[in-house]
Amino acid sequence: MTDVTQPENLPAPPGTNPAPVVVSSRQGMFGVSDGGDTSGYGGLVAPVLFPGAAVRPYGGYYDEVADQLERVLDDGGGASYAQAIERVVVDRGEMTIFVARAHLVAVARALRDDPALRFEMCMGVSGVHYPQESGRELHAAYSLLSITNGGRRVRLEVTCPDVDRHIPSIVGVYPANDWHERETWDMFGIEFDGHPALTRILMPDDWPGHPQRKDYPLGGIPVEYKGATVPPPDQRRKYT
Amino acid sequence: MTEQTPDIHATPAAGSEDAEGAHVYDTVGGDWDAIADEATSLHEERIVVNMGPQHPSTHGVLRLILELDGETVTEIRASIGYLHTGIEKNMEFRTWTQGVTFCTRMDYVAPLFNETAYCLAVEKLLGITDQIPERASIIRVLMMELNRVTSHLVAVGSLGLDIGSTTALQIAMKERERIITIFEMITGLRMNHAYVRPGGVAQDVPPGAIDKMRDAIPMLRRGIGEIESLFNANPIVRGRLVDIAYLDLTGCMALGITGPMLRATGLPHDLRKSDPYCGYENYEFDVPVRDSCDAYGRMRIRMDEAYESLKIVEQAADRLQNTPGPVMVEDKRIAWPAQLAIGGDGMGNSLDHIREIMGTSMESLIHHFKLVTEGFRVPPGQVYVSVESPKGELGVHLVSDGGTMPYRAHFREPSFNNLQAVAAVCEGGQLGDVVMAVASIDPVLGGVDR
Repeated sequence: MTDVTQPENLPAPPGTNPAPVVVSSRQGMFGVSDGGDTSGYGGLVAPVLFPGAAVRPYGGYYDEVADQLERVLDDGGGASYAQAIERVVVDRGEMTIFVARAHLVAVARALRDDPALRFEMCMGVSGVHYPQESGRELHAAYSLLSITNGGRRVRLEVTCPDVDRHIPSIVGVYPANDWHERETWDMFGIEFDGHPALTRILMPDDWPGHPQRKDYPLGGIPVEYKGATVPPPDQRRKYT
Repeated sequence: MTEQTPDIHATPAAGSEDAEGAHVYDTVGGDWDAIADEATSLHEERIVVNMGPQHPSTHGVLRLILELDGETVTEIRASIGYLHTGIEKNMEFRTWTQGVTFCTRMDYVAPLFNETAYCLAVEKLLGITDQIPERASIIRVLMMELNRVTSHLVAVGSLGLDIGSTTALQIAMKERERIITIFEMITGLRMNHAYVRPGGVAQDVPPGAIDKMRDAIPMLRRGIGEIESLFNANPIVRGRLVDIAYLDLTGCMALGITGPMLRATGLPHDLRKSDPYCGYENYEFDVPVRDSCDAYGRMRIRMDEAYESLKIVEQAADRLQNTPGPVMVEDKRIAWPAQLAIGGDGMGNSLDHIREIMGTSMESLIHHFKLVTEGFRVPPGQVYVSVESPKGELGVHLVSDGGTMPYRAHFREPSFNNLQAVAAVCEGGQLGDVVMAVASIDPVLGGVDR
């Protein structure tokens, strides 16, 4: 018999993220990967769950932002809200709008230009590499700030597959993103299409590879001190 | 190294073939007359000059490539990355607590802001922002505001040096030293403190530090006043700074400029007011604003802010004396097992704690060992936290995958962002003003390159 008052049978409360997204999985425990595992925990597999789409109402100003963005996009003649926005995540008091990469520029323009939204500043872009999230390996997270509306913030997140590392540039909307996009290209290899001069910025111009990707090793050499040898940080025991 | 992704390469560097046909002037030492004569004889007014990365007026290893038409700068490009140390990547291989040691070295003139921003982000990811003891927040505010004074002193002092005033630099360094000594007394180090930790601060303020601070504040006020009386009405300073490196509100908005540079356009945007953290809403202070949009306004704002910071320091010192309590979060799964203590040979592990874990409590020893070697776990998710650093908005984008180390740590460094404006404020101006423009942006290359 089903008890409807069990928490798992009730509808998700507003502002929560009922369906978490699996981005990768964690194997084993205590970092034992090479030697004989006598603990029995070596075969443990646990999914890494990120907060999923939030349930309306989101709370705070997030509903206002989402409603207004929906209105602007649906009236704008371009992509509709449903086409452009993949999901909205509200987690730890922050709103993340996942945008389909084809419509990023339109969404950014709407967020900047609409008087009720008016996110006039973009605080740059930060890349994140999730090698196990197939088809969405590379993420770019943009933090937007609206000084006009009393310091409101939203984050736009765009994903692209590793085999097709292209995201449209929003330098045309937010010129401040120029160097930030160059940095993300430099570190993650995401090509921002339409960027005026997408060249490396922190690494040397002829550097091969993109250092902050997860498949790029940290590097380093073992250090000997008083007879004991300390391996480089990426080869030390990791508590997974 | 394992196999890389060789399919994608950046635009290659400018090679010798790019300069083909152009006349190259080589200079060693001070033979400027010879170069000037050479250039005059060639009747070529357009010259490309490389400035830096080892140039004293670039405030670090910043390289500027200038295209000149006579004395006028027609194009300027900034080349950065000479101080890239991979701090963000390194943090992915250390525990959440060890991360502080890395990020404190980014903007080395304002290390406590880097630490606090990072720790606030870790705490937000953990969901323990409300549990941070009030005393810890007060100490953070106190340290940050003292640090803001040192950062602004360095900015104005080095600006003075750029226009030939060694006196200003000496006054600034002398006053900065007073604060650095207080930092050393509290944190054990003059720079790169690693003092602010996830959950609180590394140790409580030692006895005598507050008194020392109170004694220093009037002297700091007088020192800043000395620089002001030297600079504010000085015709040379005004001639070099007024209406130089002009960037108005529209330009600042477009280029994402924050900090004194934005406030010099008349917009009183300060995260301490608009989005308070660490209890800034409980302090009384003003946000200095000017509307000249130029280098002079930025310098004056930095001086005004130093006074406001000292006001906050005084209030924080009062609060600290009335707010006893711990300086680390109570949750033993997160809190560092022991406070540091100052012994005869400097700061180190607390002897009481060592006595406990080595002598009386096996469980404490195990707990200490696990927390220090393995660290704590942070639930999966991402946050963006920002603080008002002396240079502007210092943002931290932090991602956790539920492990004991950050999955991704990204810093939105204000210096990095603001340096983008160098072209906007220099092009069309005089070569001599480039130095002032860079000084008024106040980039710290450790922060720019990370």
